[in-house]
Amino acid sequence: MIDETRSPDPAEPLAHHRGSGGVKPLRGIELTGAQILIECWKKEGVEVVFGYPGATTIDIHHYLKESGPRFILTRHEQAAVHAAEGYARVTGKPGVALVTSGPGATNAVTGLAAANLDSIPVIVFSGQVARMMIGNDAFQEVDIVGVTRPITKHNYLVRDTESLARTVKEAFYVASSGRPGAVLVDLPKDVVSGRAEFKYPGRLKLRAYQPHLEPHPKQVAKAVELLKKAQRPVLYAGGGVIMSGASEPLLALAERLQIPVTNTLMGLGGFPGTHPLFLGMLGMHGLYQANMAVQECDLLIAVGARFDDWVTGKLDQFARKAKIIQIDLDPTSIHKRITTEVPLVADARLALASILESLGEAPDYEKKSRPAWLKTIAAWRAEGDAVMDYRKTDPAGCTGATCPVWNPKTKGCRTEPIKPQMVIDTLYQQTKDRDAIIATEVGQHQLWSAQYYLYDKPRRFLTSGGLAVMGFGLPAAMGAQIARPGALVVDIAGDGSILMNIQELVTIVEEKLPIKVIILNNGCLGMVRQSQQLFYGKCYADTMLGRSPDFVKLAEAFGAKGFRAERVEEVAPVIEKGLAAEGPVVMEFIVCQQALVYPMVPAGQDNYHMLPFAQAEAD
Amino acid sequence: MENGKLRRTLSVLVDNEPGVLARVTGLISGRGFNIESLSVAETMDPAVSLITLITSGSPPIIEQIIKQLRKLINVIKVVDLTEGDYVEKQLVLVKVRALEAHRAEIRSLCEIFKGKILDVSPRTYTMEFTGNEKKIRDILTLLDDFGIEEQVSTGLTAMPRTKLDKRDRRAN
Ligand SMILES: Cc1ncc(C[n+]2csc(CCOP(=O)(O)OP(=O)(O)O)c2C)c(N)n1
Ligand SMILES: [Mg+2]
Repeated sequence: MIDETRSPDPAEPLAHHRGSGGVKPLRGIELTGAQILIECWKKEGVEVVFGYPGATTIDIHHYLKESGPRFILTRHEQAAVHAAEGYARVTGKPGVALVTSGPGATNAVTGLAAANLDSIPVIVFSGQVARMMIGNDAFQEVDIVGVTRPITKHNYLVRDTESLARTVKEAFYVASSGRPGAVLVDLPKDVVSGRAEFKYPGRLKLRAYQPHLEPHPKQVAKAVELLKKAQRPVLYAGGGVIMSGASEPLLALAERLQIPVTNTLMGLGGFPGTHPLFLGMLGMHGLYQANMAVQECDLLIAVGARFDDWVTGKLDQFARKAKIIQIDLDPTSIHKRITTEVPLVADARLALASILESLGEAPDYEKKSRPAWLKTIAAWRAEGDAVMDYRKTDPAGCTGATCPVWNPKTKGCRTEPIKPQMVIDTLYQQTKDRDAIIATEVGQHQLWSAQYYLYDKPRRFLTSGGLAVMGFGLPAAMGAQIARPGALVVDIAGDGSILMNIQELVTIVEEKLPIKVIILNNGCLGMVRQSQQLFYGKCYADTMLGRSPDFVKLAEAFGAKGFRAERVEEVAPVIEKGLAAEGPVVMEFIVCQQALVYPMVPAGQDNYHMLPFAQAEAD
Repeated sequence: MENGKLRRTLSVLVDNEPGVLARVTGLISGRGFNIESLSVAETMDPAVSLITLITSGSPPIIEQIIKQLRKLINVIKVVDLTEGDYVEKQLVLVKVRALEAHRAEIRSLCEIFKGKILDVSPRTYTMEFTGNEKKIRDILTLLDDFGIEEQVSTGLTAMPRTKLDKRDRRAN
């Protein structure tokens, strides 16, 4: 359902279109579907397309080479979609991928699910068999629209060449507006090779889809009332803050009312990690002071966060002393997991801005109660810091022969083992002034990257939160590096995850992307092993990786540089050397297998129950 | 309904496009809820279809289903008819064993329930009934005494009642 409001110049002349023989006005000229698609991409400001070709997309690649945006040939379609997501996370613009029908499209499925669960605008264009072949079990035919229906925000099968431009326009609009998400556009081969006049719609208005952005003044007033009265408030800020560019008003609100702030995994960087009011991440592996503050607060202001189970722990105990203000663009997030006193369906930036406006510059609020609240938090922070200080805490015991640091002769560590947290900490110390972008894979290393690396700006921490898909980091780093060629981009990986998209080292070398990869090699699938150690009687079923490849040689085989650190004293120099080296670099750190991600709220428990802390029961 | 479950009749206006029904039903089944009745038809505007569906769940679940439906790009409007007053109709075809001795009684039941006999065989009557759920349930219970051999029914379709307003009434 589309009302097309045509722009003043719906079809400006396409001066350098070689296919139609030089400089001709485009009006009235028929283009092939492939040309139309590429012209649409240009209209949408697409700078780069990630993908992999095949029979059904040859036409598109043909014109893409001639006159399209930059194309990055990844070595797997999953990586193409993750790379598009990395690009979108860094720029805020939709990331675009192009894959062929059948296997190309099914390989893209994981990427679509990842982007959609984290509300990142990604558009995948997939080839499809010709229309008359659809439904015949044709060669490389998959009903990808059917397959991806539940894991995309929306998807399209383009029905004819005439409707292609409009569909592409709609796809970009849907992917990037409202709560963003993943969109798939399926392109039958004959639609792509067919011809039609190119008309790009100016503005779209969809009858059935109109995201609501403005906050309701009544709800804003209610929120302001609660904010003024609160004695122990906490701001709980998620990915929505980053998406809507709400960091500035968030910081202003926190500072004006002296409200401490915690971030979700997706929200990290939305509030400066080095700010005194920052509590760190909350949730299952959240910091002690963050979880305690949320459990004990009397007002929780959720901004662009969805109360997911990883964050809340046992739901009926979550922040049960608090009234809740919930700012979310997506009405389905309201009252989904938790009932809130003041729901505010609006864009986070607009909502926070209007709250700030209502508060005024020097608001009257419970100023007297604040020092006591901040002092309580400082005490929790001190308790928490003691556990987070990896230098002082010893992992209990040694895991033995499966550990990469194990010495069979002495039956102990070969050397003083490198603690994985130390690698992240050292990386942070060496890069904190360089405005780096950190991508991660999934596992213990991911959570240590969330705890020990502090992100002062949004769009600097790229991690798969909702799908938590191993193999995300390396391709996401590619997308990030392409978006910000001058930036330092690091992928922090585990020895398990890195192998899930290791083939992308070729793409990285080929495209001359100076990405630095840090592998924390603990010889195991650490995150799962941790649960086995704590909750499955130390039975390490299928989590020991045994002999991993020689990552240094592997890097070299791909044409990158490789370095390895096996001793504590090698950590800082290897990082220094690796960061200084030109081009792509892999740095492998042989780390202690026994290290655990703490704090940890065991599944099914409330957030007071954080291991290894003695349970801090509510009064 | 058992354990706080509510039965809801939802009226869902959607773009009349291929795949839209799959989006609506997929959304509900994908969350583990059952659709008890479903009917779809074009409206006066050929670009728009109306889906009437019955589902049940606890109030928060129903709230979620409605919001999630609204979030679908092709869904124009969702109305929970159960919230207000509405009219509903369903059509059922039923084949009943009709022994010589019972024929008169079956015909009179058919008449009372404003049904139609569509087909007659030496052994059976095939009849059509329309009505709300209760009426349909009642006639089927009554006919079951004679032996129902086959029965099919459409989904329920529904429409809100227009509120009566004194001012609208014709003065006589
Ligand atoms: C594709 C995929 N498969 C399985 C998992 C389950 N999983 C989560 S973390 C993890 C271990 C990851 O191991 P590694 O990359 O070595 O990281 P570590 O936890 O050891 O730091 C696994 C298997 C997942 N998240 N993604
Ligand atoms: Mg590992």
